[in-house]
Amino acid sequence: MKFSQKTTASFFQGVNVPDYNVLVNCMHCGLCLPTCPTYAITGLERSSPRGRIRLIKSVADGDLPITKTFIAEMNYCLDCQACETACPAGVKYGSLVEAARTQILEQGFETMTSSVGKRILLEWLFERQWRLRAVGRFMRFFEKILKTPIKKSRILKFVSAKLDAMLDLSPKISDSFSSLSLPRMTQPLKKVQHRVAFLTGCTMDIAYADVNKDTVDLLVHHDCEVIVPSGQDCCGSLQAHYGSMEAARRMARHNIAAFEKEAYDYIVLNSAGCGAFMKEYGHVLADDPEYAERAKSLSAKVMDITEFLWKVGLKAAQDGKAISATPFAGKRVTYHDACHLVHTQHITKEPRELIRSFTDYEYVELPESTWCCGSAGIYNLVQFDSSMEILERKIENIRNIQPDIIVTANPGCMVQIQYGLQKHGVHAEVLHTATFLRRCCIG
Amino acid sequence: MIPSNVFQKIRSLVGPERFLDSQEDRISYSYDGTPMLHYLPDAAVIPRSVDDIASLVRLANETGFNIVPRGSGSGLSGGSIPVENSLVLLMNSWNRIIEIDRRNLTAWVEPGVITQTLHTKVEEVGLFYPPDPGSAAICTIGGNVAENAGGLRGLKYGVTKNYVLGLEVVLPSGDVVVMGGKSVKDVAGYNLKDFLVGSEGTLGVITKVLLKLLPKPETSKTMLVYYRKVSDSAETVSSIIAANITPAALEFLDNTTIKCVEAYASLNLPTTMEAILLIEVDGPASVVEHDAAKIMEICRKHNAEEIKIAATEEEAVKLRMARKIAFSSLARVRPTTILEDATVPRSEVPLLCEVIASTASKYGLTIGNFGHAGDGNMHPTCLTDERDTAEIAKAEKAFEEIFTYAVKLGGTISGEHGTGLAKRSFLEKLTPPANIEMMRRIKESIDPNGVLNPGKIFSMKPRCEGALPRNSAELKKFTDAGAFV
Repeated sequence: MKFSQKTTASFFQGVNVPDYNVLVNCMHCGLCLPTCPTYAITGLERSSPRGRIRLIKSVADGDLPITKTFIAEMNYCLDCQACETACPAGVKYGSLVEAARTQILEQGFETMTSSVGKRILLEWLFERQWRLRAVGRFMRFFEKILKTPIKKSRILKFVSAKLDAMLDLSPKISDSFSSLSLPRMTQPLKKVQHRVAFLTGCTMDIAYADVNKDTVDLLVHHDCEVIVPSGQDCCGSLQAHYGSMEAARRMARHNIAAFEKEAYDYIVLNSAGCGAFMKEYGHVLADDPEYAERAKSLSAKVMDITEFLWKVGLKAAQDGKAISATPFAGKRVTYHDACHLVHTQHITKEPRELIRSFTDYEYVELPESTWCCGSAGIYNLVQFDSSMEILERKIENIRNIQPDIIVTANPGCMVQIQYGLQKHGVHAEVLHTATFLRRCCIG
Repeated sequence: MIPSNVFQKIRSLVGPERFLDSQEDRISYSYDGTPMLHYLPDAAVIPRSVDDIASLVRLANETGFNIVPRGSGSGLSGGSIPVENSLVLLMNSWNRIIEIDRRNLTAWVEPGVITQTLHTKVEEVGLFYPPDPGSAAICTIGGNVAENAGGLRGLKYGVTKNYVLGLEVVLPSGDVVVMGGKSVKDVAGYNLKDFLVGSEGTLGVITKVLLKLLPKPETSKTMLVYYRKVSDSAETVSSIIAANITPAALEFLDNTTIKCVEAYASLNLPTTMEAILLIEVDGPASVVEHDAAKIMEICRKHNAEEIKIAATEEEAVKLRMARKIAFSSLARVRPTTILEDATVPRSEVPLLCEVIASTASKYGLTIGNFGHAGDGNMHPTCLTDERDTAEIAKAEKAFEEIFTYAVKLGGTISGEHGTGLAKRSFLEKLTPPANIEMMRRIKESIDPNGVLNPGKIFSMKPRCEGALPRNSAELKKFTDAGAFV
């Protein structure tokens, strides 16, 4: 249907603009407000999803130029998408904020530091996994040799207390990177039931290589042939969330080409953020004649590890005998929902049911388990203070139920929660769902 | 526009960080939950104390700006949408539950407390606050009192006005008064607090609310009943009430709504059914069993196609799902969702349903109809697109016909959303002139300068009384308000 054109010109330019049809879908009922971590902090409408949508619409309508406050509010958002779960009208809020961030970056409104930082970090470093590995090696060296003396000398505290705190937020680098150490193909002992391509990821690869190994073991245990396609790089989700839409598309195309070289039934991954974005490849490349169809068919095969295991059925048995004892016997286990698993991929039941397959430990629900932990990609680095405020709420909820084990499914959440537990002196172990299940199933 | 010297005074009164006049903030407070209506305020403020509010109200009287109180901005009649020359008074940070008094079964709360938060808190100690508007997750108690909000439990437990025992209010004069109190009985003079309940922010700013609480019902039973004919479901409703049973909820979904729910959530609802009733009874176990059995008998008698009864709380949650997501399911069909609340005496519900359906087809509109059949409060919900001006015009006509008919049946244009801006014209058309005149007189005597939320409920038409305008600036105020046209 055609509608009369607006009289004033939009302050957005080019092709990567917020979709006006999504903007008008917001009926400003306000049901998103109680789910928004930033609105909970400020109580200001402009820091709420409804407020941000209205601001984006005002810019699109030419009623508001791209201002400092506008930029601040777009960057203040965690993009946790809890509001999408709450929205009665199904407004895809995340896509709006991501497009607004793209506009801010593309039109040169970012500050010099932020813009250069984003370009170096997101568009150069993360674009090729070998670059990230090189930095990872340096960080590993730094961690082993320099981190302790630096921490002890408290020299950073002198320079900046924030920088000092951030040092602890950097993940511990793995001894070997999974993209190098995992075999290109692993065969199960029994007949192959599924052919699975595995994404090693960026952070997972260099900081959680052991979780990647656990995931592959778990897949093999479930009679999968696991292929690790060579030439794969970061999925592009960080770039898309922080406004580097073109870089994100480049990376999506690159990965599509890399995965197309293999034959597989599913792409299984263990990072909530990557899963959410790879399921979106079809959408982000919809206007690319060469890639649109290929992206769509790839997206259709993407599954989170918990989604996959739930579908094929957890093999909670070894040699035909049901497993009666797990390494977690007698412990209290809880589950934290990674935002991009619960709010973007709507996966909540599967991980819980899988965890509850075993009965020799106690499963307790974490209050406000779907409330963001404040990690949100690189949010804890670029918005350190509010990230810490959001984290405190998570830690308080954890403290209230006193679990021994916190299971979750995203590298960002793992680093962030670990950091929070340590900072607030709460004793609990953070484990990835894949690691937890591997230890239960295989030992 | 409020003059800059007045801005200066407001800023120094509340402190610069609590005075929000950036373009972004003005845009963020230009709307509420009402479709298609918005207006830019001149600024918004976050008051720290009752004294702040009193000073602002006095300043408004002295310098001639308007004050619009706002909670979460989830209202559906435009009650918190700014008017010209207005300052939005943000009450959402006033969110403390001050006291839960178990000896008197009362709670003192600040107006910004979220309704659902109050539900949770009082239920933790075995008490119960019944009013449960659809937006309970975000709406505030202050907003509920100002709009006299209802909800699903209206049939058995009544609406917000039945639970307000007392109020602390800043009057339009700037005086701070407390009305009512913890005494269950109180007939000392006019029942002032009841003037304030449902006054939509036009008679005072609510700064504290004393609410009545109930003991939490022991147990409940939930059932979902399918019907091939709307008339059978309507007969069931009337018969249940005639059998002296008062369910806690007696909710209706029409065929359009059933289809939308099914398309969105695949709950395995039979889309061939013309109507679904969600019935819930609560109370002591023996009473619940007895009432449930009797209700089932009545349903069968009126040709119910199928009756589903929840055996556990988990199953009850499943059965409630269809009703719970009715609004969401409708809202996602088209960009603009006009949710109305035409209400009739409950005996007339079948007629109202018929008229809603026939009006929708007459104008070629998609109107889903669901709501509180038990108390006669229906929610005809028009699914449209505000950019399609032709269709919006049709929707307005259709709703005018529906409201007119509801009034003819002895009903009202609004059961629980309020009049505000959205229904002002309907109120003027469909209410006896003497009633409107009385409302105007009350407003004029309490708020002679019209500083609190002016233009809501009814327009304040300038009258040829009092001092005549002396210069063009004073005259402009009159012409802007619609005089001499």
